[in-house]
Parts: sequence; structure tokens; C-alpha cells
Amino acid sequence: MAHGQGRAGTGDDASPQPIIRVRDAAVRLGTRAIWQDVTLDVAAGEFIAILGPNGAGKSTLLKAILGLLPLSAGGISVLGQPTRRGNPAIGYVPQRRSFDAEVRVRGRDIVRLGLDGDRWGVPLPFIRTATERAAAARVARVIDMVGAAAYADRPIGELSGGEQQRLLIAQALVTEPRILALDEPLDSLDLANQGSVAGVIRAIARETEAAVLLVAHDVNPILPALDRVVYVARGQVTVGAPAEVITTATLSRLYGTTVEVLHASDGRIVVVGQPEGEEVSYHGHH
Amino acid sequence: MVITDAIGPSWDLVADYQILTYYHFMQNAYLAGTVVAIIAGIVGYFMVLRGQSFAGHSLANVGFAGATGATLVGASPIIGLFLAGILAALGIQALGLGTRQTRQNDIAVGAIFTASLAFGYLFLHLAKSAYGSGIYAVLFGNPLGIGDADVRLILWAGFAVVLLAIVSARPLLFASLDPDVAAARGVPVRALGLGYLVVLALVVALAVQVIGVLLIFALLVTPAAIANALTTRPLVAIALAVGLGILFTWLGLAVGFFWPYPVGFFITTFAFAAYVVVRGGRWLWPRWQRFLAAPPAEGAR
Repeated sequence: MAHGQGRAGTGDDASPQPIIRVRDAAVRLGTRAIWQDVTLDVAAGEFIAILGPNGAGKSTLLKAILGLLPLSAGGISVLGQPTRRGNPAIGYVPQRRSFDAEVRVRGRDIVRLGLDGDRWGVPLPFIRTATERAAAARVARVIDMVGAAAYADRPIGELSGGEQQRLLIAQALVTEPRILALDEPLDSLDLANQGSVAGVIRAIARETEAAVLLVAHDVNPILPALDRVVYVARGQVTVGAPAEVITTATLSRLYGTTVEVLHASDGRIVVVGQPEGEEVSYHGHH
Repeated sequence: MVITDAIGPSWDLVADYQILTYYHFMQNAYLAGTVVAIIAGIVGYFMVLRGQSFAGHSLANVGFAGATGATLVGASPIIGLFLAGILAALGIQALGLGTRQTRQNDIAVGAIFTASLAFGYLFLHLAKSAYGSGIYAVLFGNPLGIGDADVRLILWAGFAVVLLAIVSARPLLFASLDPDVAAARGVPVRALGLGYLVVLALVVALAVQVIGVLLIFALLVTPAAIANALTTRPLVAIALAVGLGILFTWLGLAVGFFWPYPVGFFITTFAFAAYVVVRGGRWLWPRWQRFLAAPPAEGAR
């Protein structure tokens, strides 16, 4: 099982330049501090889950790394540059959106928008230039990668949630990003689709060696691939290997109340007593 | 060439075409109608895609107040239509009504659009002496009465709209389908949304000359809706919407020229008929396929 570089943010490990570097970052929305003192290094190819209760600021952390939100303190750099909106080195799948049933645009066109949808002007229609052929081939390749070739030419509004999600992941992949930022890509899918989409994400992480930052409510489907978890709760962030972070001591400190992490005999880890009253189960392999 | 008093189609297409394009007012009507059909088809496709058809309707209705208000102060109705449309576009954007319709948005847009109709009614009443039959032109369009100045305006504005569309179609498509990802990729989603509404206001102001505020959907939405039902490729859909709009306009003008009934009625009816055929066909097609594929009834064995 892969393991992370241990403690976050010390920056003293001898690994090469981190692909994402977050230093003492804080975000405020209005007068409310969402979280602060976040320090995190992400190495190339790392697979990281961002966990925590609803409203704790998991998506906010992802958006800050994407450069979509201003920091109130600290700094974030991506590939050695201050983070900025529109960086093609990051592929982004935002929190669950589904296309209306009447949106009659092919999935292939949606994926293609990820490649050059931000460019002004229109390519000459019906003329197959070399660049056009290369772009089409690239789109076809990522569609194959997520296993969506069978339905990529159907209108996206008519596809199931799992099929749409695969195409949206393909859209994020089409720029060949070094980082994949996925915001709850599994949470609105049924169990069968959760498993298969998680499998797609894990396979992509291996094949492309992109660093994956994945916001999740339920970490089960991705746990086998996980290097580290970032746990966001009550304005604080704790980073570490899953076995270090998902413990009674760490989570109780994070939540400020007694939270129990139970190890069931079948290896499952169950977290009980979270303040918002929902029970999240983590499937352990230890 | 001889024009008889009783004009009717001879069903000799060449002769009919010569008669249709003989009069200057018909040349103007065809020119203006064609340009309006082109730009209405383009912005109409995005309107359908963005789920903003109700916003488009309200722009037209607010434009009614603008047109009547402009006549009140002696200005061109096109100017009034456009200015009122820009105000409405800013309002729609500021109140966040431009997104996909929710019930609350529907109510807000409905309230605004009724209030603007009331203002139009007031302006009309105040201007009654000077403006009488002009009301029909605003409500239902008057394609056979478009003057040279208006044709020139429609040509230039239409040219500008087409240029803008070519430059911004791709980011606008991205922002319309997938605003979150588009924003993350650096597409100015909000600015494009506002810009789109302003261009829509301009197109509405121009199209009202041909088809009027009440019938404007026939060129703005119906061709785009038909195209959207027939193809899933954005570029093809836009081309199809433009082509259908031109077809309905040309047919409507021809029929309205030879028979003593209003052009707007024919354009709208042709568009509606095509819409019914396509929707009906799309409903029937899968059922027909299933019927053909179904195994023969048990008794047939």
C-alpha cells in the first residue's frame, strides 16, 4: 500500500519540488473564517482525499488551490507559480452538476470544450486540419480512458449520472493535467457506479501519474489508492496517512468533542459521534 | 414586365420570383427579413441552450414600452426598443434571473414584464394622436413597410452580431453548458452572460421590425428548438436554425405578398407547423422503431 510523506507541511523531506505548495493559507468568506493555518505539500502522482463534515470548507480548499478564491493569508503555488484561474495544468470536476434532460449536445462536444472551449474565435467548420485531427484524437483517447466510448456521441442530457460523471472526468483529463481536482465525484452516484467511477479515477491516477485531490464524503471506494488524507473540520486541517488521521484521538481533537473511531472485526473503520449526527464509515484494510 | 392589378402567384416560379422582388419594399422586406432570420437563429440557439427563452420574451415585452416611449418623444422605435432591452438585460443580470428558470424567477420575470406592458399602454395612450396604427407594427411587425434607413441599420447591426458570434461562440457555448468549469478555465462567464443579453436585446430590437414583439418567438426560439431536436452538434444546430428561420421568413413574405393576409401570421404558422411535425416525429420515431422490432404476436405462430 502506498504511503504519503508522513507529516504535512514540514517541507524538510528530500522529495523533489512539490507540485502544489500551500503555506499558512487561510480563507474568509465575509467575516467567517473558513479555515486557517493550512500548510500542505503535494508531490507529483500523490493521491489525496479531502475529508470532513458538510460545510467544513472541503470544496473551498479545492477552489483555493484552483485559484478561484482569494486567500486572506498565506500563499498557494502550483508547479512553482502562484496559483491562477484558468491553469490548464489542473483538471477540475466541480461538485455534482447534472445536465438537464433537454440539453442535446453530444458528450464528445462537452469533452472537447475542456480542450479549447476557453479560446475565442471558431475553427473553420467542416475542414479537417492537422490540429483539428490531433484534437479529435486526443478527445477520443480520454473518452476511451474513462470507458465512455459507447455513449460519447449521445446527447449528454440523456445519459445516466455515472455516464455523465465519466465524461466530465474525461473533460478534466483532456488537457493532460498534472493535477486532477475532483469535488465529490462519487457522492451522488449509486453504489455500483461509485465503485466503477472510483476504479476509473484510480486507473487514471496510475496511468497519467497526475496528482489527485479528491473531495469525498465516503472514502471507501478510493481507500486502496489513497496516499494521504486531508481532514477539514472546525476551521482546522489535519494532514496525514489515513491510519494516522482517522483515529479517535485525532478526530476528537478536530471536532472538539468525543468522536470514536471503531474498528469492526471485518476491518471496517466506523466513525461515530460526529457533531452533525451522520455516521461515516471508512473501510479499513488494516 | 407587366404587373396586373390582381396579383396572385402564377405558380411559374421564375415569374413569381420576378414579381416578388420587383417592388422596392419587397426587396427591403427580403433583405431585412433574411438578416433578422440569421441573427435570430444564432442567438436563439444559445437562448434555448441557456434555458433563457422566458428572459428573451420579457426583453421583447419591455421593448414594447421602449418602442412606444420612444415614439412619444419623437425617436425611432428601434432606439427605444434597444435602450429598454439593455435596461432589461442589466436588470435580469443584476437580479440573477438569467440562469435556468426557477419558479421564483418565472414569477419575477412575469411581474416585470406585465409592469412594462402597462407602461407601454400608458405611453401609447399619451401618444394616441400621433401614433395610432404604429402599435400594430410594434406588436406584430410590419415587414412590408421597412424603410431604407432601417434596412441599412439592420444590415450593419446584423453584421456586427454575426462577427461577435463568430468571435465568442466557443467560450459562450462553454459558459452556457458548464459555467463552473468554464469559470475555472478562465472564461469570463458573468461578462459573457451580460454581453449575451445585450446582444439579445439588439437582436430583439431589430427583429421586432419584421415580426413584432408578440410573434418574435417564431424567429427567435422556434427554429432553434427545431434544430436542437434534430441534431446534437452545436455548429450544425446553429446553421440549421439560421436556415429554417430564413426559410420561414421567405415563405411567409411570399405568401403574405400574394394573399391579403399578414406576413407575421404566415411566418409564425410555418414555424409552428414545422415545430409540431418535428416534435411529433421525435415522439413517434422510437415507438415506430419499437413497433417494427417487436416480435410478431403470439397468435401468429
